[in-house]
Amino acid sequence: MTAGSGSEASGTTGTDFELARALDVASGVPDPEVPCVTVADLGILRSVSRNADGRIVVRLTPTYSGCPAVIAIEMAVQTALLDAGIDATIERVISPAWTTDWISAEGREKLRAYGIAPPVGSSGGRRAFFSEDVIACPRCGSTHTTKVSEFGSTACKAHYRCDDCAEPFDYFKCI
Amino acid sequence: MATAETNVPAILEIADDCLILGHRLSEWCGHAPILEEEMALANMGLDLLGQARALYAHAGELEGKGRSEDDLAFLRRERDYVNCLLVERRNGDFAHTMLRQLYFAAFMQPFWREVAANSTDATLAGIAAKAEKEMAYHLRHAGEWVIRMGDGTDESARRMADAAIELHRYTGELFMASPARQKAIADGLLPDPESLRGEWDATIATVFAEAKLEMPEIRVMQKGGRDGNHGEDMGHLLAELQFMQRAYPGQTW
Repeated sequence: MTAGSGSEASGTTGTDFELARALDVASGVPDPEVPCVTVADLGILRSVSRNADGRIVVRLTPTYSGCPAVIAIEMAVQTALLDAGIDATIERVISPAWTTDWISAEGREKLRAYGIAPPVGSSGGRRAFFSEDVIACPRCGSTHTTKVSEFGSTACKAHYRCDDCAEPFDYFKCI
Repeated sequence: MATAETNVPAILEIADDCLILGHRLSEWCGHAPILEEEMALANMGLDLLGQARALYAHAGELEGKGRSEDDLAFLRRERDYVNCLLVERRNGDFAHTMLRQLYFAAFMQPFWREVAANSTDATLAGIAAKAEKEMAYHLRHAGEWVIRMGDGTDESARRMADAAIELHRYTGELFMASPARQKAIADGLLPDPESLRGEWDATIATVFAEAKLEMPEIRVMQKGGRDGNHGEDMGHLLAELQFMQRAYPGQTW
């Protein structure tokens, strides 16, 4: 199955139109807390496939262990599929662990346009105390910015301020 | 080898640590010194709650008695909780809360890293890979505050020193392996906590040096949580945590 950003329909030879449609519909579901991007853009839609019984199974992964949007996202995907006439099983997978590296290039651009600075660099473990990344302001592009708080409006974001245009903004944390 | 029902008690030790500390952090809601910390404490609590849920669900499945994550979190008695004493300590002031978080995160970040890399239990390894990243954030956040406060004003330094004297005696239990834990170590599920002591000592020594804090000399480390022997604070915590499910069994939002 697929890893990395986005997902693709697979598991069959020839064209499975229902499966392709399921992937299309699931991919288009917006994230409830960051509605400018879809679950596919974020890389939390891991796969859409058929199981041994021929049933369509959609696999989703949470961003953070305690992300309160997990159930909302699962319900949104299920509902969108039902609206399209597709009765699918939604599965939650936690491994491999989601990383911001899976946010697609298109997703990063959508975040920036929406006013959220996309994650910088690639994910890693422990970092030095008081170490700072250079985060560009999504409004004016200035790199003269200050971290206000490591923890922002949702678990996945930190809070920053631009020292040039003075706008506060969210930064999608790199994990 | 596959994880067996006999490993459930060891998994509950970790799940209880996460649940109880997560609950403690949630008690700060509406009381944090600044808005940003209101968000930070709630976010860290949420991470721990998420980790606890995944661990309880896994333990319930292994146990095979039909107990759900909610049953395990809300419907056990005080003596059945096997969290370490450190996590149940009352919040105290902001210095106490941040030092407690530092002590715990400095242990859990390398702990989860080892579980993710080496556990024979694929579900635990999956939970660990996520939790390690989250605890790396907690460690950095708490460490920065301990440094700021320890090397801050006379008052913040005094409060930080008081917190160290009060809490340091509860850190020894992090490295003690109960019989249940020893079995999980032998089965390859979890790392020996003793093997993480050097890294923990180094992390704490670095923070204390930068914070200009003195390392308290503790002769006797407190223990008992893994046997269900808790401090007075635990009953009060559970009364709050369990109230809804005790008063309205089966209630859902």
